[in-house]
Amino acid sequence: MSDIRVQHSNWSSRIGTTIVVIAFFALAAAPWWAERADLRLLAEIYAYVALASLWNLLAGYAGLVSVGQQAYVGLGAYLLFGLAMLAGVHPLVAIPVAGVAAAIISVPVAALMFRLRGHYFAIGTWVMAEVFRLLAAQTSALGGGSGTSLPASLVISIASSRQMREFLMYWIALAQMVAILFAIFWLLRSRYGLALTAIRDNELGARSNGIDVMLIKYAVYVAVAFGTAMVGALIFLQKIRISPDTAFSVNDWTAFVIFITVIGGIGRVEGPIIGTVIFFLLRQSLADLGAIYLLILGVVAIAVMLKAPKGLWGLIADRFGWQVFPLQRRLVMRKR
Amino acid sequence: MEWLNTILQGILLGGLYAMFAAGLSLIFGVMRLVNIAHGDLIVLAAYIALVTVQALGINPILSLVLVVPVMAAIGYGLQRGLLNRTLGDDLLPPLLVTFGLSVIIQNGLLELFTADSVKLDAGTVEIESIAVGGGLAIGVLPLIQFALAVAVIAGLQWLFYRTALGRAFRATSDDQPVAQLMGLNNAHVFGLAMALSLAIVAVAGVLLAVRANFDPAIGPARLIFGFEAVIIGGLGSMWGTLAGGIILGVAQAIGAQLDPGWNLLAGHIAFLVVLALRPEGLFPKVDRMS
Amino acid sequence: MPDPKLQVRGLDARYGDFQALFGVSMRVTEGEVVAVIGANGAGKSTLLKCIAGAMAVRHNAIMFHGVPIGGGPAHEVVSRGIALVPEGRRLFPSLTVEENLLVGGQLGRKGPWNLKRVYELFPVLEERRNQPAPSLSGGQQQMAAIGRALMSNPTLLLCDEISLGLAPIVIRDIYARIPAIVAEGLSLVIVEQDIVQALKTARHVYCLQEGRVALQGEAKTLTREKISAAYFGV
Repeated sequence: MSDIRVQHSNWSSRIGTTIVVIAFFALAAAPWWAERADLRLLAEIYAYVALASLWNLLAGYAGLVSVGQQAYVGLGAYLLFGLAMLAGVHPLVAIPVAGVAAAIISVPVAALMFRLRGHYFAIGTWVMAEVFRLLAAQTSALGGGSGTSLPASLVISIASSRQMREFLMYWIALAQMVAILFAIFWLLRSRYGLALTAIRDNELGARSNGIDVMLIKYAVYVAVAFGTAMVGALIFLQKIRISPDTAFSVNDWTAFVIFITVIGGIGRVEGPIIGTVIFFLLRQSLADLGAIYLLILGVVAIAVMLKAPKGLWGLIADRFGWQVFPLQRRLVMRKR
Repeated sequence: MEWLNTILQGILLGGLYAMFAAGLSLIFGVMRLVNIAHGDLIVLAAYIALVTVQALGINPILSLVLVVPVMAAIGYGLQRGLLNRTLGDDLLPPLLVTFGLSVIIQNGLLELFTADSVKLDAGTVEIESIAVGGGLAIGVLPLIQFALAVAVIAGLQWLFYRTALGRAFRATSDDQPVAQLMGLNNAHVFGLAMALSLAIVAVAGVLLAVRANFDPAIGPARLIFGFEAVIIGGLGSMWGTLAGGIILGVAQAIGAQLDPGWNLLAGHIAFLVVLALRPEGLFPKVDRMS
Repeated sequence: MPDPKLQVRGLDARYGDFQALFGVSMRVTEGEVVAVIGANGAGKSTLLKCIAGAMAVRHNAIMFHGVPIGGGPAHEVVSRGIALVPEGRRLFPSLTVEENLLVGGQLGRKGPWNLKRVYELFPVLEERRNQPAPSLSGGQQQMAAIGRALMSNPTLLLCDEISLGLAPIVIRDIYARIPAIVAEGLSLVIVEQDIVQALKTARHVYCLQEGRVALQGEAKTLTREKISAAYFGV
């Protein structure tokens, strides 16, 4: 008679998780040790980690490769501005409301998009983003093609002093990233995560084992839309200004996100985090080059895709068996 | 009458869209690859035409003689040097590599030519028109573009179903390993398919350059129009793609007539309606999507 | 003793971690018909795939006309004169019968086989030349697959289980044409489940068992008992 147990953590994840927890507390205390510009940079990093992790869940785990997630970044942002400026909702409350509204909108969008497969699905998501952008440009109540800014009164309603606003937005950005990472972690750790891995590896096999593939894909798509919209809402709340081209920018919200995830490592939770760090390091050193910077990113992404398709973290993790988050599933058997 | 003219313009525009689509669906048919950089390659061809015209002082239409072989060579090299490595069961590598390629081409062109929009001048043929009675007139240039599009599609049909190369394309697309066992070098066949696709892209690019202003950033929109034309028309059918392009062009023209800001949206809406009601397209030959 | 046209020596073959062939050796001479028999999974199809260049094996393990060809690439091996009739026919479904034959011949190797001759050998194919390949019956598809391989004018023809899924009368019909095929010196390797047919058609027989040559010899010298023992490994 033997006792079978699923073991999730290993020595590296114990170390990794400890480091992550320490880092979290250090980052939470950042308003006291960091400059204002650093706080903004950190908030931007958190946003990208969140966006990349969500894209990773969608593409790397559920196999839904979308190049149109900017649709939800922009949608969340426009919903926030609309709710705050036209419906009198408090800007901070508007963030989750925008998320829910975006999630509802994403259901019929998913129904349309799922009629396409593979590569055609990808381009279809791009078309949707374009549709949202064009609709936003037609919405004169929010500035039409040139966009609009959040009125001062609404900005002040977030917090009375500028310093308090900056701190508050920073903490919300940190909390948002942590919540999203935690939600992804919890999902992957659950049996739905196991189902996702099964679907990714062999969809037909998964279906014949009773996994409702369509339902799971819908659920993941809507959940990712929800998260992406909230991140988008916060990003533009911090910017205070919105326009169709910035809100729905393919470069900012898809190209960078994809490069981050590819270089960091698709299909692993740690990948987007590593990728974001590398991306921002590259940006610090190369950003002055303008278009060449993007060109280099493209070349690096292609090189990584061909030579190291599992990304930097994939290489390291496979080589050394590391994991930061306890997500592996190892069957441990003990004879009784 | 104005509506008739609008629809006519839309039909002619549709020919151009069908040409965007033809190269795209050719590649998908032969090797199940969707080239996200397709639109940017059309823009690249337009810039190559620009350079040719500036260097040699010839009419843009004549520049085709140079641009077509150059783009075909680029296509062959691209496929054998880079894209063949991405082919396989996994969908991510070709998608991400062609996405990366799209970014590279756009930004490379931006560096070389700046974001200013340019246009090639084809001379008087741009303003000439033929009266077709009832007060309607068709521009000579749009007519040439439409005729070229029909010729390209007819040519592709002929190539696919009446030549050895077409047989090689279809056999390789059917069953890669057995095609190899029959002596077909898949790497070479795919290279030829991409060369052909980019030759068509070259024609589309030159026509684009002459028709309207262009700049490095308009690639993705061309990809989307080509894609929409393919989906509306239905997969696996070249003539369906022409029909899809025409429907898209007409939808955009009608949208523009109603409100200038709505021309693109009208096209997208037509696409979404077809996707919602008849996802296999209006004239599908074979469902090769799954 | 004439140099063998095909010489396989110590051939190992793997699918990932799984080894399918262990040190297999075989030879085929000019105009000879050789049969490879064995139970399912014994490695017969794998052996043919290796000869056709579709698997990564040691370059010198397979010599054809004295030239090492192990490891392919497959399209080059065909140009040297080896053609495969794949297991399960595997005609190109979106091509017509005639187009399938033409693809077989598109390498343009010189030799006695062309469309006219293939149609003489299999008249039913000419009747159905413009029909899509999948519309043919099993036996007709088999004839088309053989014809397609012949169109490349090979000097060595590999036939993988051509009797699979066919009615006995159809099998007899196809095998009746083998003499016409080998008449001009074409060598033939047939992989067969139908042992009776294999022994009737071939001069030399190899029996594979779990990736190894368990028995080989002239067809007429092999008894039922010896074959059973080798086939099942009892």
